[in-house]
Formats: sequence, structure tokens, C-alpha cells
Amino acid sequence: MRYLFRTDYKQDTALARHGGDVFWYGLLTLAMLAIPLLMGEFYVGELGGVFIFAIAGVGLMLLVGYTGLISLGHAAFLGIGAYTNSVLLERGMPFVVTLPVAGLFTAFCGAAIGLPTLRMSGLYLAIATLAFGSIVGTVFQKWSSVTGGFDGFAVPTPTIFGIGLDGATGIYYVSLVVLIFVLWISANMLRSPMGRAMVAIRDSEVSAQSMGINLARYKAMAFAISAGMTGLAGALFAHYVRFLAPDAFDVLLSVQFVTIVFVGGLGSLHGAIFGAIFVRLLPQFIAIVRDDLPFGIGRLPGLEPSLFGLVLVLVILFQPGGINGIWQKAKHAFTAFPFKRQTSSRRQKSYAKSERLR
Amino acid sequence: MSLFEAQGISVRFGGIRAVDDVSFKVEKGEVFSIIGPNGAGKTTIFNLISRIYNATEGKLIVDGQEFTKTPPDQVARMGIARTFQNIELFPNASLLQNLLIGRHCHAKVGLLSQLAFMGSTRRAEVKHREKAEDVIAFLGLQRYRDSLIANLPYGVRKVVELGRALCIEPKLLLLDEPSSGLNVEETEGMGFWIEDIKKDLGITVIMVEHDMALVNQVSDRVMALNYGKVLAMGTPREVQTHPEVVKAYLGGELEDAA
Repeated sequence: MRYLFRTDYKQDTALARHGGDVFWYGLLTLAMLAIPLLMGEFYVGELGGVFIFAIAGVGLMLLVGYTGLISLGHAAFLGIGAYTNSVLLERGMPFVVTLPVAGLFTAFCGAAIGLPTLRMSGLYLAIATLAFGSIVGTVFQKWSSVTGGFDGFAVPTPTIFGIGLDGATGIYYVSLVVLIFVLWISANMLRSPMGRAMVAIRDSEVSAQSMGINLARYKAMAFAISAGMTGLAGALFAHYVRFLAPDAFDVLLSVQFVTIVFVGGLGSLHGAIFGAIFVRLLPQFIAIVRDDLPFGIGRLPGLEPSLFGLVLVLVILFQPGGINGIWQKAKHAFTAFPFKRQTSSRRQKSYAKSERLR
Repeated sequence: MSLFEAQGISVRFGGIRAVDDVSFKVEKGEVFSIIGPNGAGKTTIFNLISRIYNATEGKLIVDGQEFTKTPPDQVARMGIARTFQNIELFPNASLLQNLLIGRHCHAKVGLLSQLAFMGSTRRAEVKHREKAEDVIAFLGLQRYRDSLIANLPYGVRKVVELGRALCIEPKLLLLDEPSSGLNVEETEGMGFWIEDIKKDLGITVIMVEHDMALVNQVSDRVMALNYGKVLAMGTPREVQTHPEVVKAYLGGELEDAA
């Protein structure tokens, strides 16, 4: 078992807590960089898709897992990012400009939806963001002079400094870089006053306020940053699917994003990654076993969405920590090896309840 | 000049006057207790001072500055910290993080610097950490530093909440029933903390409390409330023997029966 002997306050704010972190995350990054050299186009493409969903997942995790606000409209932010990026590309702007602009514009949209919904929480916020999602979907359909309407439009091939990113490999690397950037920003936020303010709002609004935290400001900021990250994912998503149509950004996609954060494990960046892997791999898994399932279950329509729903319910009921919770428990079992007990990870009941003023 | 002054504050909820024309002054460096039966309006006064409720009438002044209309998140910046009757900590964060959230009103680093965790943010974090460590040392919370609040016993949480309020470095500390839910020894311990806060840190304290032993131990002056009105004000001894206060606690029938 590793015991950290701390001699400096800076150790507590460092991104890598010890040499083991540096080694394992470094190894993971190297492996991810090497994958396109070792594996086929199909796997590279699929992994790129995981990265894109992980970017959006990290964005939603900051909102849901850390600030405690729910959003059922994140597919709309993905769509805004995708359309902004593609439309600007088509007008001849370079990809190095359109990608950040897509992120910033979506962040602006996020702040715009965040501000009027600040007084809502829980179910009401879920409904408001759901409505926002369907309004944006309608805009994509009707504003055909820009979005191409129902016919959609083919996304131009992006180039970075003269190198065309036409294959899966190009988007894979860009997505990997953006994912690392997004994770770095999130980790920075979480170790500075801003991230702590978000956690404070999640855990107790009343006392967050009396600690001097401006609720409206931080909620809007959380919405903006979350939307901005999802917008970046959207810009990459456009190149991943290569053809934009409004029906790609429906409520089912929003539910997939929510599944990412809940199944991955609320309140952890690892969880967002685990969740994205799960959400991208489940459809592949269904496709593989579909033909072998008995009683023609495999041919039933709506198998995929219902499985997502089922998994979401089961996770919330039986594994509130999500995949990250399982991961943490497994890690604990290994580090504490001979001393692991059944009760070490059992949740304790708390009888101290507090009343809310609002 | 008094550190804190309430001038004729009232608040109405529908037809009920929860606080009715209450005025009091708190001098710098004193411990001022508010007592009264349940529903007398004690916590409502705290919620008025921390601006969670809007006063229907009256004025609130701290350090010569009126703050009757200040937004609730600015109150901490004016040097007013509070604790809550039913512990309002952040249960899914560690003790250290809770204390650091208490430092929020002193955070002055810009958004971009925080997003990139630049040198200015790093230096500010170390400063906040030093302050938080001072509070941990003052209250003897070292062994719980990295524990999640949700895993701490109730008595420790009460102390952590006090610590979080101290991290604000307040001029005025509002303690809402610091002894509620504590056993006799823990209550005694809380009394010593309050005395230390007054003597060593020079912080003025307003306290709502039911435990008369604690009130007697620490208070310089006491105000008794009933139905939102001031019944008596003075030293602990004066207030407790005041006929109106006795009547409010023991019921009016006593006199009639006698």
C-alpha cells in the first residue's frame, strides 16, 4: 500500500499525485498515440468515436456530476458545435479557427440557456433543457439556407496546416488532443476556487451562498463551460459522421450523454471516460450478438434504446458509483490486498439530515 | 461605535410577523446570545442577517456600513460568517475542501488563470491552504483532514462547520445552536472554542442557543425573544430572572395558579 508522505502544500494541488500516476497515464497516452500504427481503420474510427463522446461526457460531468445540474439537452449543444464548425468550414475558414469558434459559440449558447434556467433545478431543469433540445432540433430542420434542412449536407474535409484529415486517423489524433486538453482544463478547474464553488453548489446551495459564492454566476459558468466542451465534441463529431442531418441530434443522443455520466460514475472525470467507452461499445456488442439471440430478440426494434434505459436504471439502483465506483473498489482491493474486507466498501447509513430553506 | 446593529427589523411571512421590530447592538469583541422558545424567531434573525430573507422593515448595519439590501453572497465579503442549525456542510467533499470553500470570498484569481492553473492561482492556493491549516491546527482537526464529511461523526461535523466559518476570517460570527445534537462533553468543548474565538481571534460572536449552561458560560449579554418580539436584554443573570422570560418559558398560567 502506498502512503503519501507530504512535505509541501503544492503536492496536494499537483495533477500527478505520485510517480505511479506519471507512469500509468504516460503509458496510456503513449498507447493511444501508437494505436493507429498498430490497428486497422475500423478500430481507429471506433476509438475516435469514444474520444468524441468522452469529450462531451467530461463536459456533461462538470455540469451534472460536479455542479449538480441536470441537462437533457446536450445533444443540442453537440449539434450547435457540429453545425457551427461545418458551416464555417464550408465558407472557407480554416479548421484551426472553426474548431475553437465552434466551442466558444456553443459556450455562449450554453450561458444563454443557463441564465434563464438558473432558478430551476431537478425535474424542472430537466424539462427546460429537454425543451431547449427540441427547439434547437427544429431550428436545424427549418433554417435550411444554413443547415441544409432535412437533406443535410456533407461536411468538408478539414485540413490542419496543409495536412488533409480525410481518414479516421486524422480525426482520431485531433480528438485525442482535444480530449487531453478538455481533461486538463477540467482538472485545473476542480483544483481551483471555481471547481470547489461548483461542488459547494451541488452539495448545499444555502451554505454555498453564505460562503460568498454567487450562485447565478457559477451556474451560468458551469453551463457555459459544459456546453463549450460539448460544442468542441460536436465539431469533431461532424467530421466523424461526415454528413450532418438534423435527426442525428435528437433526445436519444441526450439520453446517451446522461447515460455516460451516470453509468461512468457521477463526480469523477474517470467516470466520464468509462461511460463513453461503455456507451460506444454497447451498440457494437449488440450488433455482434444480435443474430445469436434466442426468440428473435435481436430483430426487435428499439433494442438499443431500451437496453440503455435498462442499464441506466440498474446502475442507479445497484451501483450508484457507476463503473468508476467498481474501478475504485477493485483498486482498493489490490492495494489493501490481504486486508480487504466485505465491509470496506459498504455504504454507511447516515441519519443526520438537513432541511433545505428552499 | 457598535460592530453590528439591527434597527427595528421586521419580517412577515403571510400574516405572521416572525420578527417584529427587533433592535439590538453588538459591541466589538463580545459574545451576544439570543434565546427564546421554539418559533420565537431566533433563526429567522440569522437568516435576515445572512440576507437569505429580506427584511420587511428596518436596517442592518455592520461596521458602519448598511447591508439591508446586499445580495446574500456578498455578506461573507463584509466579514460575516455563519453556521447552520442542522449542519450545512458539503458532505461529498473532504474536510480540507470544505475549509477551502470557506476561503472562497478571499479568492481573487481570474477565470483564465484558474482554467490554466497558472502561477498566480497556484500561489493563491498555497496561501489559502496555509490559512486552512491554521484553522485545522486551532480546532485540532488534523486527523480528519482528508476524510469525506459524509464519513465523519456528528460532533466532528459541528466543529468543521465552525472551522469553515473561521476560514472566512470574519469580524462577526453567527452561530446557530452550536450545541444542538452534541453530548455534555462536546457542548463543553464547544464552549471553550467559542471563548478561544473571542479571546484569541478577537471575533465578535452572535449565538442562538437553547443550552443555558453554555449561554451562561460564554455570553456577555443575552437577548430573549418570544413571538418575534424582544422580551428582555442584559447579562445572562438579568435575563434569566426577568419575569417576562420566566413566563414565556414556563407558561403564563403559573402566575394565575399562584
